[in-house]
Amino acid sequence: MNELTHIAPARLPPQATFAVRTSRWVRQSMFPSVGHSLLTLVVLALLAWCIPKALNWLVLDATFVGSTRDACNPHAACWLPVIERWNLFVYGFYPEAQRWRVNLAFLLAVGAFVLLFFKRLDRRALLAYLVMLPLLMWWLLKGGAGLPGVSSTQFAGMTVTVMLGTIGMIFALPLGILLALGRRSKKPVIRLLCVLYIELVRSVPVISLLFMASLMIQLFLPPGVAFDILLRVQVVLILFTAAYMAETVRGGLQSLPKGQYEAAQALGFGYWKTMGHIILPQVLRQTIPPLLTQFIGLFKETTLVMVVGVLDIVGIASSTAASAEWAGHDHEIYIFLALYFFIICFALSRYARHLENHLEHDRS
Amino acid sequence: MHKVNGLNALLKTCSLALILFGACTAQAGVLENVKAHGSLRCGVASDKPGFSIIDNQGRWTGMDADLCRGIAAAVLGDANKVEFIATTGKNRFTALASGEIDVLSRSTSWTADRVASLGVDFTAIWFYDGQGFMTHAEDKIAKLTDLAGATFCLSPGTTSEQNLADYFGKRGLTFRTVVIEKSPELFAAFQKGRCNAITNDMSGLAARRALFNKPDDYPLLPEVISKEPLGAYVAQGDAVWRNIVTWTAYALITAEELGVDSDNVDKLHADKTASADVARLLGTDGNVGKAFSLDSDWAYRAIKQVGNYAQIYDRNLGPQTGLNFPREMNRLWKDGGLLYAPPIR
Repeated sequence: MNELTHIAPARLPPQATFAVRTSRWVRQSMFPSVGHSLLTLVVLALLAWCIPKALNWLVLDATFVGSTRDACNPHAACWLPVIERWNLFVYGFYPEAQRWRVNLAFLLAVGAFVLLFFKRLDRRALLAYLVMLPLLMWWLLKGGAGLPGVSSTQFAGMTVTVMLGTIGMIFALPLGILLALGRRSKKPVIRLLCVLYIELVRSVPVISLLFMASLMIQLFLPPGVAFDILLRVQVVLILFTAAYMAETVRGGLQSLPKGQYEAAQALGFGYWKTMGHIILPQVLRQTIPPLLTQFIGLFKETTLVMVVGVLDIVGIASSTAASAEWAGHDHEIYIFLALYFFIICFALSRYARHLENHLEHDRS
Repeated sequence: MHKVNGLNALLKTCSLALILFGACTAQAGVLENVKAHGSLRCGVASDKPGFSIIDNQGRWTGMDADLCRGIAAAVLGDANKVEFIATTGKNRFTALASGEIDVLSRSTSWTADRVASLGVDFTAIWFYDGQGFMTHAEDKIAKLTDLAGATFCLSPGTTSEQNLADYFGKRGLTFRTVVIEKSPELFAAFQKGRCNAITNDMSGLAARRALFNKPDDYPLLPEVISKEPLGAYVAQGDAVWRNIVTWTAYALITAEELGVDSDNVDKLHADKTASADVARLLGTDGNVGKAFSLDSDWAYRAIKQVGNYAQIYDRNLGPQTGLNFPREMNRLWKDGGLLYAPPIR
C-alpha cells in the first residue's frame, strides 16, 4: 500500500486529463498481454454482434402501439400484452374506483424506503412509521373502518406481491429477533419452544406451509369462521421468514464477545436494557447484510402463493401467456417479469450495500 | 406401479379424513352460505383459453366461468356476483372439500374414482371431451402406435397420464414423459421439441393449436383414447346445492333446445301462450325453482344474463374467438351430438 502511494503521484500527475486516464485504464485492464488482448477482442466482437440484435429485438423493432396480436411485428418483441394489460398486472382485479388506495399503499411502502436513507430523521418517528406501515397498508388495501371492503379474490398482480413482501418484511424482523432471543434464553420452557418452532419451520418447505394455510386451517375452524386467504398466506410468509431470521440474528448474538454482556451487567442493566441498548444494536449492524438477503428471498417467495390460488404477478403473467389474445408472446411477458423482480431486488441489495457502508463509516 | 398405488391410497385416506373433518365442522348448507356471503366462490383454472381465463379487462371468460355466472344468476340474481378463485390441478379437490370454494368448474372429468373417494359429487356434463395427441409434422406420425418409445409432454395430476399408461401398457409399448404443471410452459416445451407429442384433452389441444403461429406444423392425431365428460363438481353431502348446480347447467342446455336465448327470453317470460316446456323452464308454469329452494325465475335469470348453451359456446369457443372449436360431440342430441338435458318439469 505504502509503495503505491509513494509512486502514484510520480506516475499520475494531478493534471492527467480524463482522456489520458481512460486510455491508461484501457491499456492496463483490457490489453495487458497478448492473451488478454485476444480475449478482449473476442468479447468485444461478441458484444458487437449481439447487442445490436438484442436492442433491435427488444426496443428498436419492437411493437409498442396497438391493441391486438395482429399489430405485432413477428420478428421482434411485442410489448403489447404488457402494455394492454398494465392495469391487470399492477392492480389485478381491484375495483377501478378504488385504485387510488393501491397507489397510496405503494407510495407508503416506497416512502419507508426513502425515509430510511435520511440519517438525521428522528429514530422514534421512523420506528412509528415502520410499525404503522403494515397496518395502514392492510387497512388501505383490504378496507374496513370507513373504506369499502375489497374481497381477497380481487387481489392479484403487483398489489399482491408488494403487499405480501412489504408487510412480511416488517413483521418478520421483530418476530425473528424475539425468537433468537428466546432461543438463547436461560428459561428452559421458552428456549425449548423457540428451538422447536425454529427447527420445525425450517425443516418444512414453504410450499407445504402454504398448502396447510390454504387448505387445512379451514377444516379445523367452526363453520362461518373463515380467515381471509390473503391473511393466512401473509401469516405463513411472516412465520416462515421469521424462523430463518432468528437463526441469522442468533449467529450475530453468538459472535458478540461475552465482555459486552458482563459490562452491561456491571452497569446494572436489566435483560431488556442490555439487549436493547447494548447487544442488539451491535448484532443488527452485523447481521444487516444477511437479513436483507432474506428480505430479497421473501420477496421472491411471494410468488409461491400461486400454488394456493392467489394470483400474484406471475399468475397473471401465465394467464396472459395462455390467453387467446396474447398466446405466443411468453418471452416478452417473462422478460417483463424478470425486469420487475430485478428492479425491486436490485434496489434492495443496493440499499443493503448503502446501509453497510453507512454503518462501516459510523464505526470508524 | 406398486409405489404409486401406495401413495394414492395414502392420499385418499388423507382426503377422506379431511372430508370427515369438513363434514363435522360444516353444518350449514352451501346455499345458505352462498346467500349469506352474497357471492358464489367458483374454483376455475387461470390458464385455459375458452374455458376459464382472464381477458384484457381483467374479466374471467370461458365456458367454465360462464357456468359459474349462470349459477350466480340463478341463486343470487346477479351473474356478476361470482368470486373466481384460481385453482391448480393438484389443489382443486382439496379446495372444494375444505369449503374454500362452493363449486369447482375447472374442466374436470367425471370419473367413478373421484366421486367414490374424493368426497365430491359430479353435477352435469358441461362439455364432452376426450384425450387426444398433437405431434410435430416433421416426425410424420400417422397413428398413436407410431409413438412407441417416444417422449410425451403432459401435466401432472390429470387423468391423461393414467390413460396413456393404460393404452401403451396394454400394447406392450414403452414411453417417456416430460411432466410440467403450467400449461403455457407445457406447450412451449412441446413446441421447442422437448417431447415428440403432447397429450391433453382435445379441447385444450385444439384451442392452443389454433393460437400457434403455424398450426399446420403440429397435426392432431385422429385417435381419441378416452372419454372425458367435463363439468362442475360440488362437495359431497349437500343434495340441495348439488341439484342447483346440476340443473342450472341443464336449464342452459334446455334453453338452447327450446330456442330460448338471452334476446327472446323476456318476451317468452311474459308470453302466456308459450309452450308448456318453455313455461316450465322459465317458471311461469309449475314450481321447479321452489323445489330447488330457489324462486321460480331462477332459470329465466340465468338465461337472461348468461345466454343459453349455444350462446355461451359461441362466445367462448366460436369462430370469432380465434379458437374456433367445432361443436361435434357438444351439439344437442337432436342435432347428432351428445348434449341431452333431462326434462325440467
